[in-house]
Amino acid sequence: MNSAGNNGRAQPRAGRALPWALVTPALGWTLLFFVLPFIAMGLSSLTAHGGGGFTLANYSQFFTNPSYWQAMVNSLQVTAIVTVVSVLLAYPFAWILAEQVPERWQRLALMLAVLPFWTSYVVRSYSWLLVLAQNGVINRALIGSGLISEPPQLANTRLATVTGFVHFFVMLLTLTIFANLKQLSPSYRKAAADLGAGPVRTFLHIILPLTLPGIMVGAFLTFVLCIGDYITPQILGGNNELLMPQLVMMQIGRRGDFPLASALSIILMAVVTVAYLACARWLKIERA
Amino acid sequence: MRQVIRVASWIYALAVYGFIFLPVVVLVLFSLQSTSFPIPPFTGPSLRWYDAVLSEARLTSALVNSLLVAVLSSATAVTLGFLSAWGFARFVLPGSGVLRGLITLPLTVSYLIIGMGLLVLFNWAGVPKSLLAAGIGHVVINLPLCFAIIYSQMGDHQINIERAARDLGAPEWKVLLLITVPVMAPAIFAGFFLSMTFSWDEFVISFLLTRFDTTLPVEIWNLLRSGLNPKTNAVGSLVFAVSIVLVVLFELTLLRRRKP
Repeated sequence: MNSAGNNGRAQPRAGRALPWALVTPALGWTLLFFVLPFIAMGLSSLTAHGGGGFTLANYSQFFTNPSYWQAMVNSLQVTAIVTVVSVLLAYPFAWILAEQVPERWQRLALMLAVLPFWTSYVVRSYSWLLVLAQNGVINRALIGSGLISEPPQLANTRLATVTGFVHFFVMLLTLTIFANLKQLSPSYRKAAADLGAGPVRTFLHIILPLTLPGIMVGAFLTFVLCIGDYITPQILGGNNELLMPQLVMMQIGRRGDFPLASALSIILMAVVTVAYLACARWLKIERA
Repeated sequence: MRQVIRVASWIYALAVYGFIFLPVVVLVLFSLQSTSFPIPPFTGPSLRWYDAVLSEARLTSALVNSLLVAVLSSATAVTLGFLSAWGFARFVLPGSGVLRGLITLPLTVSYLIIGMGLLVLFNWAGVPKSLLAAGIGHVVINLPLCFAIIYSQMGDHQINIERAARDLGAPEWKVLLLITVPVMAPAIFAGFFLSMTFSWDEFVISFLLTRFDTTLPVEIWNLLRSGLNPKTNAVGSLVFAVSIVLVVLFELTLLRRRKP
């Protein structure tokens, strides 16, 4: 990693002002446009819609209104499903890319696997709509092959939301798990083989535990990005069931209720923070 | 056994590639549709929807807005990120660990919440919604990224070159402009192009902070209200092409860095 921090020292001619002049613009920007807005959002969440004094009404509303509560439950369920399915799909894929594909094709194979990553995020969700729509590609193919006669409802369901998310996170997790697998020294595998372990045992007892921290990091990233995303559930899920980000946007868009939207955002952030703390603790125990 | 694993691997990998590429192939294929619905059977090929997109003023001006915001916000983010990375890598500052943490903190917060915070703040301060407001948000999300990339590439050999320049009598600003910037150019460009791809594709902050003049992802969002439409496919394919160009530039700048 970076060792420059240890070697660098204040140059005599530089004086004390120069280092601060270098870092202050970035710090100032972060304070002014990230920390201050966050404080403003916190204060806003404690006011009533349309003015008035401080109140906890926005927060109590979340805990007492079943439909708000339900949005959080939906969000957590969808995020959990997406995280598990993505890891289960991506791990073997990353393993195949790292182990079965010849070395010189690996870079190309990986680049191909993440290529659709770079389509516009809005457009990527929309493309799934083309695939899943009533007379979209899948339904047409199923009917054309004579497997079904009535097209099932695929778009505007939780299945569609999950599919769109999994598509995105399989690419992300493939990248992180692939990097993790490549970092493993081949001598582990050799040592296991020398000691008489078959490929399955080597995988279960050596490879999998060693890549677990990487999986956890990827899974945490999936959790954070998935639970905070508005686009995919809004385009693919329709309005049949609301997830938290949709609920937040609804307060702003339809009702202009900034205080409630702020409170819901802060609750959403609190959930992510709890997940982070849980993850960090778990990782620390793993390493000890 | 080995053979079985090999065949199973091939089938599995092809299935995953199929899943990953399915929506993109469908998108591009039906952007070439000649009739009005992007659904099977394929009736193309035709470029009429690309023609329609490029002659629609709202979309082309959104495209220009997107490029403008991406270039300016990335330039700001990379400048602030570079200066602070240099400051933290070369000088001992009190509390520098905490301060570096503060700069990278926005990476851990979802774009929706960053956009919400800015919306509330600007609303209170009476700042109107605009491309400038959205651009400010884009700097917030990309500054930590630029900082992290450039800071991680500040190595020891650069310190020695800088020291040599100082010994030969160069003032600090000359060291910065004539030594550090050229030496760090690959990392600076990498940060810039990566920021560009994120800003270019960013939706939720732009959606919250702009009103009349807006960026391409927001205009695409508005297009979606009209249902499935080959015009959306054509815009999407164009956006994809631009992103690929930016990613290739990013790859090339990073590869150039690795060679020496």
